[in-house]
Amino acid sequence: MNTVADRLRPLTGHRLFWPALVLVVMLAANTVYRPGFLAVEVKNGHLYGTPVDILRLSAPLILVALGMTLVIATGGIDLSVGSLCAISGAIACLHISGAADQNSPSTVFTALALAFGTALVLGAWNGVLVAVIGIQPIIATLILMVAGRGIAQLVTEGQIITINSGPYRAIGLGHFLTLPLAILIALAAALLVAAFTRRTALGLIVESVGGNAEASRLAGIRSRRVVLLVYVVSAACAAVAGFMVTANVSSADGNAAGLWIELDAILAVVIGGTSLAGGRFSLGGTVLGALIIQTLTTTVYAMNISPQTSLLFKAVVVIAVCLIQAPAFRARLRRRRRDVEPGPTAPQREKEQVPA
Amino acid sequence: MSSTSLSAVRSWRPSLPRRHVPVLATLALLLVMYGIGVSQYRAFSNVQVVFNVFIDNGFLLVVAVGMTFVILTGGIDLSVGSVVAMTAMVSAALLRDGLPAALVLVVALLIGPTLGFLMGCAIHFFEIQPFIVTLAGMFFARGMCTFISDASISITDGFWTGMSQARIGNPAGNFVSISVLIAFAVVVVAAYVLAYTRFGRNVYAVGGNAQSALLMGLPVGRTRIAVYTISGLCSAVGGILLSFYTLSGAPLIAVGMELDVIAAVVIGGTVLTGGSGYVFGTVLGVLVLGVIQTLITFDGSLNSWWTKIVIGGLLFAFILLQRLIGIRFK
Amino acid sequence: MTGDRPVLTMTGISKTFPGVRALHDVDFRLFPGEVHALMGENGAGKSTLIKVLTGVYGTDAGTVTLDGDQVSFTGPMQAAAAGVSTVYQEVNLCTNLSVAENIFIGREPRRLGAVRWGEMRRRARGLLARLDLDLDVSAQLGTYSLAVQQMVAIARAIDVRARVLILDEPTSSLDAGEVAQLFRIMRQLRDEGIAILFVTHFLDQVYGIADRITVLRNGTLVGEYRTEELPQFSLVEKMIGQELDVLGRLDGPQGRDAVARDGQAPLVDADQVGRRGAVAPFSLRIHAGEVVGLAGLLGSGRTEVARLIFGADRADHGQVRIDGARSPLRTPIQAIDHGIGFCSENRRAEGIVGELSVRENMILAMQAARGWLRPIPRRRQDELVQKYVEALSIRPANPELPVRNLSGGNQQKVLLARWLITEPRLLILDEPTRGIDVGAKAEIQKLVVQLSDGGMAVLFISAELEEVLRLSHRVAVMRDREMVAQLDNDDTLDADRVMRTIASGTPREEVNR
Repeated sequence: MNTVADRLRPLTGHRLFWPALVLVVMLAANTVYRPGFLAVEVKNGHLYGTPVDILRLSAPLILVALGMTLVIATGGIDLSVGSLCAISGAIACLHISGAADQNSPSTVFTALALAFGTALVLGAWNGVLVAVIGIQPIIATLILMVAGRGIAQLVTEGQIITINSGPYRAIGLGHFLTLPLAILIALAAALLVAAFTRRTALGLIVESVGGNAEASRLAGIRSRRVVLLVYVVSAACAAVAGFMVTANVSSADGNAAGLWIELDAILAVVIGGTSLAGGRFSLGGTVLGALIIQTLTTTVYAMNISPQTSLLFKAVVVIAVCLIQAPAFRARLRRRRRDVEPGPTAPQREKEQVPA
Repeated sequence: MSSTSLSAVRSWRPSLPRRHVPVLATLALLLVMYGIGVSQYRAFSNVQVVFNVFIDNGFLLVVAVGMTFVILTGGIDLSVGSVVAMTAMVSAALLRDGLPAALVLVVALLIGPTLGFLMGCAIHFFEIQPFIVTLAGMFFARGMCTFISDASISITDGFWTGMSQARIGNPAGNFVSISVLIAFAVVVVAAYVLAYTRFGRNVYAVGGNAQSALLMGLPVGRTRIAVYTISGLCSAVGGILLSFYTLSGAPLIAVGMELDVIAAVVIGGTVLTGGSGYVFGTVLGVLVLGVIQTLITFDGSLNSWWTKIVIGGLLFAFILLQRLIGIRFK
Repeated sequence: MTGDRPVLTMTGISKTFPGVRALHDVDFRLFPGEVHALMGENGAGKSTLIKVLTGVYGTDAGTVTLDGDQVSFTGPMQAAAAGVSTVYQEVNLCTNLSVAENIFIGREPRRLGAVRWGEMRRRARGLLARLDLDLDVSAQLGTYSLAVQQMVAIARAIDVRARVLILDEPTSSLDAGEVAQLFRIMRQLRDEGIAILFVTHFLDQVYGIADRITVLRNGTLVGEYRTEELPQFSLVEKMIGQELDVLGRLDGPQGRDAVARDGQAPLVDADQVGRRGAVAPFSLRIHAGEVVGLAGLLGSGRTEVARLIFGADRADHGQVRIDGARSPLRTPIQAIDHGIGFCSENRRAEGIVGELSVRENMILAMQAARGWLRPIPRRRQDELVQKYVEALSIRPANPELPVRNLSGGNQQKVLLARWLITEPRLLILDEPTRGIDVGAKAEIQKLVVQLSDGGMAVLFISAELEEVLRLSHRVAVMRDREMVAQLDNDDTLDADRVMRTIASGTPREEVNR
């Protein structure tokens, strides 16, 4: 065997290795193509530069992907997050636009609370459909994906609600300690979700349910509540992302807000190393995945290609990542390798498959 | 023990087979909606209203027929909307470059099935979830659209404009477009294939229980790849029909169409886990969507977003209905 | 009726999987017009033999001949085309299709490529009439009971002019009336000259229908017998075999002293608990500190008893009292709250969560009981895990390894630790020593003794009588989904008597007590 590969195994074997490598390579390629790419400068006490932009723009995606990670870890999927972004953004903007003083913090706070509460209810709706009624997640959340856009437009009455609220705008464009507020919020959310899952036993239970539902049931896990909970968390994350998306442009568009973010989020989760089949999840991987996607989008912009064309790259990435994760594909590779040199661990596995 | 006692073993079986309940519910829904339309709006009773529903949704119907095949096997195809757009886009671009209409048709009709075939292979050979494979297909096709052109390309080709403007009507002045006839031809062919060919029956068997189908010696892999290819072909035909309708190819046309299509198929009574459903139901499902749109257009006070909310509500109702009547093929 | 030349012979069949010798030099023959039962315990090689026969597996050595011609099928389809059809335990049909379609799909009558529905229904009716079945052939298969579906599967199998019909545990989910119906059809087919290979775990059924019995054990042929020449006791003995005691005596003489339980209320008192289609109502009392062994052949209902007590399946009959109080055990959670733990025999599907680490797998049940809001502090986890890794000598002793990387025996120990951490009062162990190496086996046996000495009640399920007898204070015997006896493990109890009970359903000497 190759000794270099062996020595590197602890590094290459780390679950964050590959996503991190991809991100570094992308940044490096950008720097070669455009030497000023990594330059960051301080203007008016704020940091500016492409890397900061990438961070700021990736904040909503990171948020949505965090919630999605938990849902996917239970073996489910949440297609409704894009619509939830639109709904929460629309409700918040509607409330603010109707207020006498749009800049009043209490108005903004009420708006956020209203929108957040609505999102939690809708998340619980998804959770009930999946965990209590037992509908397949992809179908259950499809309902809200379709209807949610309509609800968002209903809220905005088909108009684009424009607001002029300093505090709300800050969610998307503000700065704090020289950094964009959005990325700080996303970071805080990431830490919160991490604490929520790793400081409690939620993470373990989610991974257990997603890894082997029947074994978990026999170990006494009440999976229903946990599954319901992750859909609520996913909706909550989507709501905050919705605030950011609408705050960025100080307006709520029921049609466009959060469009396709669910697909990007799923992609971020998968790139981050969480299997679509459920089980082990990696929040760090998800954040890296979201950054990769945003870097890709920014790169495509910088290269003066239409942003839509980045979809072509995404298609390639999806297929590549899925192939790497697919057991059937791995088995094929392994078989080819085993033909050359029989691996020591392989027989062990088959041993248990010998039928009685 | 006699054979009569065995028939007693047979479990509860109503005179109305349960698998027909969703389709009949859709039919009833359609009639009720039409009834409401006719009673509320005078102009609604005009036959042309019905024809217009078909004219406006011909391409949707064709795509939904393809999706029916996929969903019958228990799969899903998210790429249809993008493939429709890509087909229209490719046609428009090639026509702009001066290629003859016949050649353009052939090329345009080949792209969709090829993509579908590749996706089917990925799903079958590497056992990746259809959802994610077709998601990649969706990204790919949509990316190709903008790769071809950022802006919409209009079509001025004689054949296309001819197809667009042709009206087949009766002396009373009611008419349908060529697209409607093509859509109906697709429906008839699909219904025949599903009901009377070995391939069609295999589609149902795979959706009912793929493991059993394999043990019964049915070509499961071939069937699976074929349904995605068919869905790709239907999307390509749908794309051509759409380009007849709009006389252009636009990179962002038919965004989110896959949702309408899936909704139409489910409302049409096809079970999302596969194995049960009819092309006829899909026709009804598309009509329901069309009539909802027409009703909302007729009612000036309701806005277009109600369409989405109503579709979402119907989707929920039918999924719940499928679950309640316990269609359980697992 | 049995012909004098076999329609099918298998000679010197050997098949090895990596690390396992599944079949070694096995001979088998099947005559036209006979029902031939293939018997054997778990791992005996029945399934492998059938899969070799139908071409699912290739062979390492040996030949298969059909009507004197050597054959080597590439798969069940080719085998069926040559007249060797298989009906599996789980009905492998599509319940969403009609009865007629299920019989004919893949070879529907066609004209110009179009399926001829009328002709297909007509032929289906004819075929079912031959089996004396009166069904609506255009009804969906799913609207019929499992028994009928099983018979439709047989109809499908014989339509291809089968000469050999393999029935692989077709009766496991049928009730008595349905079995009778199936047997009627089997007899009829036998009388038509079809050779039937019948796999079942029900002894009564073997003696009810089989003309000849072939017994396999550990991948080797024990022998072929005419049914009337093989008493039930001998059959059980041949299936289980007299296993060499490689482990040596654990502590003292065989059998263990009865636990003083006079006047002591039972910990668990199952009163006429049962579930239709799984196990007939049974009563079983388990006291603290007592090891109750559950003996019986594979498929005799051992696991079903365990699952009912644990609430993994819902009982539809009887009730369970714990500490004398009525306690509905409808879900595992309720059982766990009452201090019951359950190690499933199906380690991979129902036991371990393969991706998770040894540590996480170990604390899972305890954590589940505490709820997700009250995590077990990491230090406490490490203490617990360390304790059990050492106590059970789990190797490799790295608690952060994914559990799927461990060997079967070590995975089993992890599962044991999962329950021991919850400090259960009753631990149900379903085949805890199956498929693990001898050393681990001895360790687990020793552990059971220690636990019961410490006051824990154990329900110990194993296919190996030696092991059951060595560990148990009392042995409950299962036979054909029924608990037929409960024997005190005193000096008079030996493997012989347990086997006799399994074979006949009554421990003869006990009848009058």
